[in-house]
Amino acid sequence: MARTVSAPRKTAMTIVAWLVGALIFFPVFWTVLTSFKTELEAISTPPALIDFAWTTENYRVVNTRSNYPLHAMNSVVIALGSTLLGLLIAIPAAWAFAFSPGRRTKDVLLWMLSTKMLPAVGVLVPIYLIFRDYGLLDTRTGLVIVLTMINLPIIVWMLYTYFREIPGDILEAARMDGASLPKEVIYVLLPMAVPGIASTMLLNIILAWNEAFWTLNLTAARAAPLTAFIAAYSSPEGLFWAKLSAASTMAIAPILIMGWFSQKQLVRGLTFGAVK
Amino acid sequence: MATAQTRAAARLMAAPAVLLLLAWMVIPLGMTLYFSTLRYNLLMPGMEVFVGFENYEFFVTDPAFWIAFQNTLVMVGSILVITVGGGILLALLLDQPIWGQGVVRLMVIAPFFVMPVVSALVWKNLLMHPVNGLFAWLARSAGFTPIDWLSQVPLLSIIMIVSWQWLPFATLILLTALQSLDREQQEAAEMDGAGPGSRFWYLTLPHLSRAITVVILIQTIFLLSVFAEILVTTGGGPGNATTTITYLVYVQALLQFDVGGASAGGVIAIILANIVAIFLIRSIGRNLDR
Repeated sequence: MARTVSAPRKTAMTIVAWLVGALIFFPVFWTVLTSFKTELEAISTPPALIDFAWTTENYRVVNTRSNYPLHAMNSVVIALGSTLLGLLIAIPAAWAFAFSPGRRTKDVLLWMLSTKMLPAVGVLVPIYLIFRDYGLLDTRTGLVIVLTMINLPIIVWMLYTYFREIPGDILEAARMDGASLPKEVIYVLLPMAVPGIASTMLLNIILAWNEAFWTLNLTAARAAPLTAFIAAYSSPEGLFWAKLSAASTMAIAPILIMGWFSQKQLVRGLTFGAVK
Repeated sequence: MATAQTRAAARLMAAPAVLLLLAWMVIPLGMTLYFSTLRYNLLMPGMEVFVGFENYEFFVTDPAFWIAFQNTLVMVGSILVITVGGGILLALLLDQPIWGQGVVRLMVIAPFFVMPVVSALVWKNLLMHPVNGLFAWLARSAGFTPIDWLSQVPLLSIIMIVSWQWLPFATLILLTALQSLDREQQEAAEMDGAGPGSRFWYLTLPHLSRAITVVILIQTIFLLSVFAEILVTTGGGPGNATTTITYLVYVQALLQFDVGGASAGGVIAIILANIVAIFLIRSIGRNLDR
């Protein structure tokens, strides 16, 4: 039943909500705006709002005179690689947990979740030393491994909550018809599970793209993704606000768009199905 | 038997994920525990000696530890209060019938998707810079003396930045919970003469309690590990003003190369996080039974 609300009240609420929304969004808007200014306008006070000479020079400079393309590529490889590898390992496990639960399934699932609670800093030293000894420091492979492992519990959990909603009868029927286990998975389960898998993928790309503990601590120059590239702007000699803004805008735009499409999945994924 | 076969297959399918995670957890954890009992500095290789609990003693008696501990508590506590309080208000606001609700929602959740490094640097420079920042200009326009946020009120500045990042998360989850609220119950209460205040207190808030618990627990886990925001803004300073336990361990490990001390700090961080984790796992585990 739709609630009936007086028009003045709705107008007032709309104004308040838009003001609050704009206020929260403002830093993002300001970053994008600054990316189109010259360096001089970027630091000028009073700040220029619209009346400045709009320029795309910063984007050109960041793309051509820095290693931006390399680091963007690193981010893509690391985020996609760790997500795909994670899905490969997690799909069979989530399938097993959802459709053939045993006595200990619940405990195993909760234990997996508990590994996510392990603070990264608690295992920083050993991971760093293992990586040093095996030549994995500052390599994409190393980061793909770390990000796969830290996001694996979330991937398993998200897939599990989606798979659990698929009716088990359909699988029974397929089994009766003599479908083997691999066939059951490929022809019956996967088509029904694709939306859940896609959502899981989206959320994990976002998480991996923005991850900033391991990416900062395990990379130097070659494998550094955008997080590390942009962190370099924090040094005093890197104080170019317009270029920082251009690099930031490019780094956050794809994820912001993905994030906007995955709001609902975000809630489910990050609360491990506790809030839907 | 088909079922025995299925069960064996199921176990086989779950094995890679379970074994990998087990290895990922047990090996580094074992190493951290082992290193924490050694005098071990990367600058002096081959000089490792077993020292028992000496590293723990040093770590815990270091005044920096207690400052870091206090900073961590203040930071996590304040951010929780701000995001949960603000999140409830925002969720209630977004749940109202308004024009363009979808757009407002997109604006409100945007900060969550901005990578921590970017949000920290944007706040540090574009907004909080004492001379050219927007806040400084606003302060001057209003006739105040601008303050240097990150050196005068460093911890508050970090709290502001991180709260901005996590407010969307709290809002989104509380809004999702709010939307599953029984409208008819609300209307019945309204007809019976319950005002907005008592409807919120007796109906809405109890309904949200589970979601609030989940928000608090999950945020605590992530907030205990806040790192990039501190690294690119204050570097833990001035002095130790914004050093948290996570940051302290990082400094000890990768800047001072003190493997033993950092490992002891890591174990302490794990213990603190686990106290929170136990509660979180319990409340999610309860949900599995439904």
